[in-house]
Amino acid sequence: MRYPFPVGKADFIQGDEAIARAAILAGCRFYAGYPITPASEIFEAMALYMPLVDGVSIQMEDEIASIAAIIGASWAGAKAMTATSGPGFSLMQENIGYAVMTETPIVVVNVQRSGPSTGQPTLAAQGDIMQSIWGTHGDHTLIVLSPSTVQEAFDFTIKAFNLAEKYRTPVVLLTDAEVAHMRERVYIPNPDDIELVYRKLPQNEEEARLPFGDPHGDGIPSMPIFGKGYRTYVTGLTHDERGRPKTVDAEVHERLIKRIIGKIENNKHDIISYEKFELEDAEVAIVSTGIVSRSAIRAVKILREKGIKAGLLKLNTIWPFDFDMIEELAEQVKKIFVPEMNMGQLYHLVKEGANGKAEVELISKIGGEVHTPMEIVERVVG
Amino acid sequence: MAVRKPPITTREYWAPGHAACAGCGCATSLKLATKAFSEAMEEKYGDPNAFAIAHATGCMEVVSAVFPYTAWKAPWIHVAFENAAAVASGVEAAWKKIGRKGKILAIGGDGGTADIGLQALSGMLERWHNVVYLMYDNEAYMNTGIQRSSSTPYGAWTTTSPPGKYSIGEDKPKKWVALIAAAHQIPYVATASVANPFDFVRKMKKAAKVDGPAFVQVQCTCVPGWRAPPEKSIEITRLAIETGVWPLFEIENGDFFNIKIQPPGGGAKVKREGGRVVAIEFKKPIEEYLKLQGRFKHLFKRPEAIDELREQIKAMWKTLGVDVTLPKPEE
Repeated sequence: MRYPFPVGKADFIQGDEAIARAAILAGCRFYAGYPITPASEIFEAMALYMPLVDGVSIQMEDEIASIAAIIGASWAGAKAMTATSGPGFSLMQENIGYAVMTETPIVVVNVQRSGPSTGQPTLAAQGDIMQSIWGTHGDHTLIVLSPSTVQEAFDFTIKAFNLAEKYRTPVVLLTDAEVAHMRERVYIPNPDDIELVYRKLPQNEEEARLPFGDPHGDGIPSMPIFGKGYRTYVTGLTHDERGRPKTVDAEVHERLIKRIIGKIENNKHDIISYEKFELEDAEVAIVSTGIVSRSAIRAVKILREKGIKAGLLKLNTIWPFDFDMIEELAEQVKKIFVPEMNMGQLYHLVKEGANGKAEVELISKIGGEVHTPMEIVERVVG
Repeated sequence: MAVRKPPITTREYWAPGHAACAGCGCATSLKLATKAFSEAMEEKYGDPNAFAIAHATGCMEVVSAVFPYTAWKAPWIHVAFENAAAVASGVEAAWKKIGRKGKILAIGGDGGTADIGLQALSGMLERWHNVVYLMYDNEAYMNTGIQRSSSTPYGAWTTTSPPGKYSIGEDKPKKWVALIAAAHQIPYVATASVANPFDFVRKMKKAAKVDGPAFVQVQCTCVPGWRAPPEKSIEITRLAIETGVWPLFEIENGDFFNIKIQPPGGGAKVKREGGRVVAIEFKKPIEEYLKLQGRFKHLFKRPEAIDELREQIKAMWKTLGVDVTLPKPEE
């Protein structure tokens, strides 16, 4: 297989470009999109690359259609992705819930810009953290990943596909205009060195008959993709193990929703990823995600130089969330600071996790610019 | 000394200081459209300012909203991409209820009209709101960096329809939203061009004066998106008319049979039967239009694609009930 970009070597590219290349190396062969700043470059790269790797890049009439198309493509057996920003992500919410309910593996990239509404289209923000977790209606869960560098944008895109396929779930790659438009050195591995996961396919009639059941006992059913001879029934209505609508049966609804949430919750330690920096002896902790972590690392170094025992917990996964880990951290440190580019979203998760064991303080910044390290340092010093 | 009356009001609604590119055809279209609208309001209601504007996200929204360098001299509501027609519907219905006289001008580009806003447009037309919807058609998503729309013509380069080994560029025929609008049997539908300002102003005034919904689709050059020299902006749109690429027509009450077709000029021979245009023999080849634009440059290495475009243009005219002959360039 020849790739339309260099592999097995480093390159100097934008975050958006890194996401597109990673998707192709992760086996994505179907992209449906709609233009929106600051995510358009992902689509433009896909428009160039997809014909060269025998894939599909298709422009839809809006974001609702874009996510619907990748759901369709996923049921046709393709690894599929779409990318957008806040306004488009809002339009996609109904179908994100549909993908959760129908256990359709898809990857949705949200390159955050400042909102609400049209907001500041070219500037970065982290205002969609809560929406990425809770944007769609009803009881649900999904996976949200958050890169802070262009390399992570690449790596987490591959991870997003693997998690989507492994757990038959939509995965949101939540990045921002800063990471997406920044150019950095990225190592693009050889395709042979990339571990890829593909969804479980039914091995026999019995499995194929239970596309929404639990034939393996792990809560993750095999996916009888269309065109393999099975008459699979897919619906966003409450459905039984065979996919048949059962909309007034409380037991069926409870069994279905608890399994869908359980397959993520029960495996959250496999899914959750984080990095600890100078936390061993820390007395104050910073908890951050995404681009702000870059400033937070520098802030920790400056604070250490000043003799303050600071450390950083950088969250690569935003959801599922390890509340227990935050509580342990709160038992260790006196205070936790949460710098984020919004009016306080991750802060609420951290505060819930800390469970009153340590004070949690929000360092909010809005308007489109990332916190400078000194802005974090000054708040920690007090 | 006699002072000649200016051909159109000197009142400005699209104010100076906007950030559009040099040679932007769409800026010209909005300047003319609002002037025409104002004149129509004065003639119909005695108040030149009896209108409000609902504007979808798009390049003309962005360049006209860089306060304090410029501002609209009319009540103006900018709404997300898909909503201009729906918000205009709301303003109009509320105005009607409180007895306020006037009309709403909804503005959207081709992406905001032909793609994401099509549902809202159809709803607005079907509910018969007293709104004029102006679609400024620069044939791609220019604001986000030149991505194709369903109004992008066959063969055009855009960043999401890149020509290359496996692609000739945009590979589908242009979607004509004016014909979709006319299918709603609304009082007035027209296509226009910034290269023919008097015709455009007349159509905008007519649209503004009818009772009920109206739709006008105006072609306007995007200098960066079409890879066109700014000083050729009007010339290119004129060539679009003269070569048959861009038809100028009016359809009233969905009466396709009595479609009014404006003569294209450029030496074209128009044949009429009973006052109705039935055939046009164009004299200028479409290559004259294509060659001025970088977005079609690659087609000149693939003449079969230009022939395909010619066939599509013929088919489009056939939909309008006109048999056209399109010449090939002389060898």
